[in-house]
Amino acid sequence: MLSARFDRNDGHKRSVYEQEGGYQALRMALGKMTPVEVREEVKESGLRGRGGAGFPTGVKWGFVPADADDVYFMVNADESEPGTFKDRYLLDYDPHQTLEGTIISCYAVGAKLAYIYIRGEFGWLIDRTEQAVQEAYAAGYLGQDILGSGYSLDVIVHKGAGAYICGEETGLINSVEGRKGQPRIKPPFPAVSGFLDKPTIVNNVESVASVPWILNNGAAAYRKFGTEKSPGTKLFSVSGPVKNPGVYEIPLGLPFREFYHDWLGGMIDGEELKAVIVGGSSVPVLPAAEMMTVNLDYESLAQAGTMLGSGGMIIIPESCDMVELIQVLMHFYFDESCGQCTPCREGTGWLHRIIKRLRGGEGTAADLDLLEHVCRGMEGLTICPLADAAVMPMMSFLQKFRPEFEALVQETAPAGPTSRWPRGEQE
Amino acid sequence: MSTPLDGKPEFRLADQTLATIDRVIASYPTKASALMPALWAVMDELGHVPTEAVDLLVAKLEVTRARIYEVLTFYTMYRTEPQAENVLQVCHNISCHIMGARNIIAHLEKRLGVRIGETTPDGKFALEGAECLGACGHGPCLQLGKHLYENLTPAKTDELLDSLRKGVVPRADTDRELED
Repeated sequence: MLSARFDRNDGHKRSVYEQEGGYQALRMALGKMTPVEVREEVKESGLRGRGGAGFPTGVKWGFVPADADDVYFMVNADESEPGTFKDRYLLDYDPHQTLEGTIISCYAVGAKLAYIYIRGEFGWLIDRTEQAVQEAYAAGYLGQDILGSGYSLDVIVHKGAGAYICGEETGLINSVEGRKGQPRIKPPFPAVSGFLDKPTIVNNVESVASVPWILNNGAAAYRKFGTEKSPGTKLFSVSGPVKNPGVYEIPLGLPFREFYHDWLGGMIDGEELKAVIVGGSSVPVLPAAEMMTVNLDYESLAQAGTMLGSGGMIIIPESCDMVELIQVLMHFYFDESCGQCTPCREGTGWLHRIIKRLRGGEGTAADLDLLEHVCRGMEGLTICPLADAAVMPMMSFLQKFRPEFEALVQETAPAGPTSRWPRGEQE
Repeated sequence: MSTPLDGKPEFRLADQTLATIDRVIASYPTKASALMPALWAVMDELGHVPTEAVDLLVAKLEVTRARIYEVLTFYTMYRTEPQAENVLQVCHNISCHIMGARNIIAHLEKRLGVRIGETTPDGKFALEGAECLGACGHGPCLQLGKHLYENLTPAKTDELLDSLRKGVVPRADTDRELED
């Protein structure tokens, strides 16, 4: 559905995409369907946002006020969630698929200007996407009066400059406005008031790339893949010491056990599976035994206490020290906190410093309680989910692998949390 | 180029850079919203954004200096000081860490004779740590300019350094031809 051209070196060309049925969905949408009909078809397909939150795409589109005149559309290719590298594949190997989906999505919500926001580190990918946009203009798929339909749309490729937080949709909007990428308080939601205070839809690359297939084949055909509540296919990007890491498109609902053994080929020689972070670094970790009982879909993973997230699957081997890994992650969230909410700005720093102290041989049993205490002071108390995104791995590492934390506790060190709070230390 | 009384050469961006800035101002819905691509245009020419360029953007975009410095310092890829010839940014996030990023960083530190965060005395190499670069299935990885070098081993890292010392940027793993 999404990955047909991933193994090829010419799939990025417009001519190849067209030969294989590309831009037919756009012709159909502009020629035979009203924007409302496109919206209804996508809503009917049950497509859920593939960036991490899993919110139904068609429903999100429906939040744009019917009488809005200036509407903006943004494709979120700020792919920065550790463990996630799927959108990069979509734009590298098949940029026209995403572009066609973008144009159709813009038609559905009435946007006249769309941005494709690509993280600045993907320099080569920005060139490739820009080239695809130029090809689309040359073919009349973009610009004034597209394919004689009377509908006009411009697309701008916007280059990020290094900030994880810009993947959050209101942070992304502020960034495109030429500001710091600090998220905004919701409501108002962007669909009502976003870019330049106008209705704005922000969708993940993978969500947008799914749209042409849905129009070509129909919502009912899409629903034949996946489960009732998680229809369709999903890209999983797999990293870590498995035999076959990479990007895989799987029908939602596939048992992890089957995916792990048959698709990933198990671990490389000499390694044992210890744990998996299934949906990008911000979701709770599950030990190997628990992973072997889950299916890869939104409901099954929620039931197991984790989330499907972005599909960035990080495979952790037995040889890894879990406290060391959580230090790496806490450094990341501390580094990337945008700093506007106190619980996140301070809390991520505390978590990182406490872990560092534990690993430095100066931790006490009270520090383990302090980690939980700091987490409780962060979750749900900030403008955007970055604080939660730090708390979820922190708490799950501590709960599922507590003996590794306890092994670092120094019984002889002075007890009492008040004397142990890590103040003032600079990273 | 004229020389003002203070003896410093007059600051002037290349015509092409100025044209790019004017083009992005025209294509973005408001002048202020064109700030990020305008900063990139300066970065592309100079490798950093000096105060003189900020003054120029204040005039062109009709925004305050504070607003520009907010943006300039919020994003890690914009730089306000001249950079080393080759800035090697090694990912140290979780997936690359699992796959051995620490060994690669230690190897580079030894080969370059600097610690992470430092620049070699000749200004040829800067070694930096980076958060996730989106190459998790191909780790460890490092970024150099527009490209990523993936599946790094000490040997592959040595080849890269040797080539860069000769002034040749080798083909990167993401360096696919853009022919059509």
